[in-house]
Amino acid sequence: MAADSAIEAPRHEKLVDERLVTWYFLFALLYMFVSMLGGFLMASQLVRFTPLRGIELFSPGRWRMVHTNAIAYGFLANAFLGMLHWSVPRLTLRPVLSSRLSYFIFGAWQFIVLSTAAGLLLGEAQGLEWGETPVWIDPLAQVGLLLVLANFMGPISKMSGALYVSLWYYMAAFVWTPLVYAMGNFLPEYFLSGTSAGAVGGLFIHDLVGLFVTPLGWGAMYYFVPILLEKPMWSHGLSLVGFWGLAFFYPLTGIHHFLYTPIPMFLQYGAVISTIAVELVVTTVLVNFFMTLKGSPGVLSKNLPVRWMFTGMVFYGLTCLQCAFQTTLTFQAMIHFTDWVVGHAHMVMFGVFSVWLLGIMTYLFPKLLRRNWASPALCEWHYWLSTVGIGLMSADLITAGPFQGISWASLVPWEVSVEFSMPFWAVRLGAGVLMFAGLLAFLLNIFLTWSAGRRAPAQVPDSYNSYDASLVGSA
Amino acid sequence: MMILEKKSGVLLIAGLVFFAIAFLSNAVVPALMYKDLPEKSAEELINGNIRYQFEDLARRYPDSFQAAFGAAPEATAAREAFMNQSCADALRIGRKVYVGEGCWHCHSQFVRPVSNEELRWGPVSKTEEYQNELQRPVLFGTRRVGPDLIREGGRRSNDWHAVHFFQPTLVSDKSPMPEYPWLFDGSPDKPNKKGLALMTYIQWLGSWQESYPYYEAYEANPILRVQNQAKKGLTTR
Repeated sequence: MAADSAIEAPRHEKLVDERLVTWYFLFALLYMFVSMLGGFLMASQLVRFTPLRGIELFSPGRWRMVHTNAIAYGFLANAFLGMLHWSVPRLTLRPVLSSRLSYFIFGAWQFIVLSTAAGLLLGEAQGLEWGETPVWIDPLAQVGLLLVLANFMGPISKMSGALYVSLWYYMAAFVWTPLVYAMGNFLPEYFLSGTSAGAVGGLFIHDLVGLFVTPLGWGAMYYFVPILLEKPMWSHGLSLVGFWGLAFFYPLTGIHHFLYTPIPMFLQYGAVISTIAVELVVTTVLVNFFMTLKGSPGVLSKNLPVRWMFTGMVFYGLTCLQCAFQTTLTFQAMIHFTDWVVGHAHMVMFGVFSVWLLGIMTYLFPKLLRRNWASPALCEWHYWLSTVGIGLMSADLITAGPFQGISWASLVPWEVSVEFSMPFWAVRLGAGVLMFAGLLAFLLNIFLTWSAGRRAPAQVPDSYNSYDASLVGSA
Repeated sequence: MMILEKKSGVLLIAGLVFFAIAFLSNAVVPALMYKDLPEKSAEELINGNIRYQFEDLARRYPDSFQAAFGAAPEATAAREAFMNQSCADALRIGRKVYVGEGCWHCHSQFVRPVSNEELRWGPVSKTEEYQNELQRPVLFGTRRVGPDLIREGGRRSNDWHAVHFFQPTLVSDKSPMPEYPWLFDGSPDKPNKKGLALMTYIQWLGSWQESYPYYEAYEANPILRVQNQAKKGLTTR
């Protein structure tokens, strides 16, 4: 990046709109707050703790959809956009295409998220998992995604020659996300029905994770981890294998969400095989990152953002290992439709990608607010409550899954499986409360840091490393 | 190798070509396989079984029914057309309620050929069952907190469903299912249009099956079984 001394890097403040990054992060956290409330409502319903029962606008079924959509389109999308507004200009040494467009996208995206929530709460959902956004919002979101593509491809298109790994992932995500969104939201609604719509639905669920969230997440890791560790990635060759392996195999796996459906068996086998291929690719990526970490003793205890990021990678390894199991037909027969899958989904969406983004925020908020964290202890509380919470929730639900699957196959009355799930669901609720407490600690810490900044003059925060500070420029 | 690190390689090969390969193999192939299987409209899905349930709703809740769908004409042919159309409308609205309330996040709609599901729910799901307007987008589902519903039609009475939607614990002691009182005007015997439509939709699920409403316990020809047993000298049950 800025290593070439012959070229003078433009100043950070000419590149990055810090106010926009801050607002993206704050809105992301607001939606995570809302999402967790929705999760709390549904989890409480399952253990039959229903203080708000019978109220249409608080129906747990509707809030369950707010829960998933708020985390995908509210938290993840906003946090990723904030992260991109920080890292893309710094990687390309050029500002985004248009500052006005950036603010327009920001406003439009909040409108999309909020109207999705309103539509869901009014009972206007679309029958697509992860795509419940009411049909009239879909075209708006589609245009929004194309504008995002234009805004970030502006600076990237001016680059020539070989680009850094992060930009491969970002570029791929910019192309894939609008394609995936169009495919998943319009084809099953207007053009296809039945089994072929199911195939597209499976493709959509998986591509949303695999072609929107995953490449942006890994792109961010390839950017932030070497900066925080102050050294390059261990192997560029493995970076290539990881990216191209993911790009080829990931899109082929979607149908593994609907094994044993009427979708033709040869397509199901194809999805199973490519899923296992993805696990092999993922292993190369993890090896690359952990070998990069090697030789930095004590960094995980001293450097909280690095700890967040590698925690996410451990969960990534676990969740991919789990996926390799559940995609095999033998295993699938037992665990499909059970809480095993719910545990898997939480481990991916929170344990990996949310954890990465929270780590990035832990790193960037002091820079954005020009203050050290008001309370490092609250940062630690946030980390431990979140990771213990998600670890407990995933372990609990993944354990519950096989019990449920075996009890269904044994043909005991349905109520039996509900009854013995109660303790599992109670633990899940408790784990969710831990994660929620972690979020509250983080929000409180941000508020304290911000309000300390209001009272005292701005400071250059002690960076988690010196390398990055060189590019920030003196305040 | 340089192409793999450049804009052109990433955008064209990874971004477009790889996506296209996946789209062709995972979406276009099944779409072409089923292109000759026509998609049925809600009107075409009306059968004797669901019409019976719909008539039952009209008889049990006459005031609610009339408020929701209007008064049926007296003349036989006109009445028949009216009931068929109302039933199709009810299926569409019922499906919308089913999706909007998130029912499909806790109830799946397909029977797998594994895990003894045939013995629990009935015949394994087939492609043609999903080739219709009401499965657009398809509601296979991904989680079963409650039972699968694709073989639910006719299993229980409309009264049972009304009470169950109003307050599940009244008929299913320890159910964790939420209550849906907004599908009623105050009490379970007064379902509103959404409530009637949702009941119609649930009663429709499986109504096209020969084994309706016995499903897993269905015998195509019980008399033949008895005769065969008699021939072998076995006592009949």
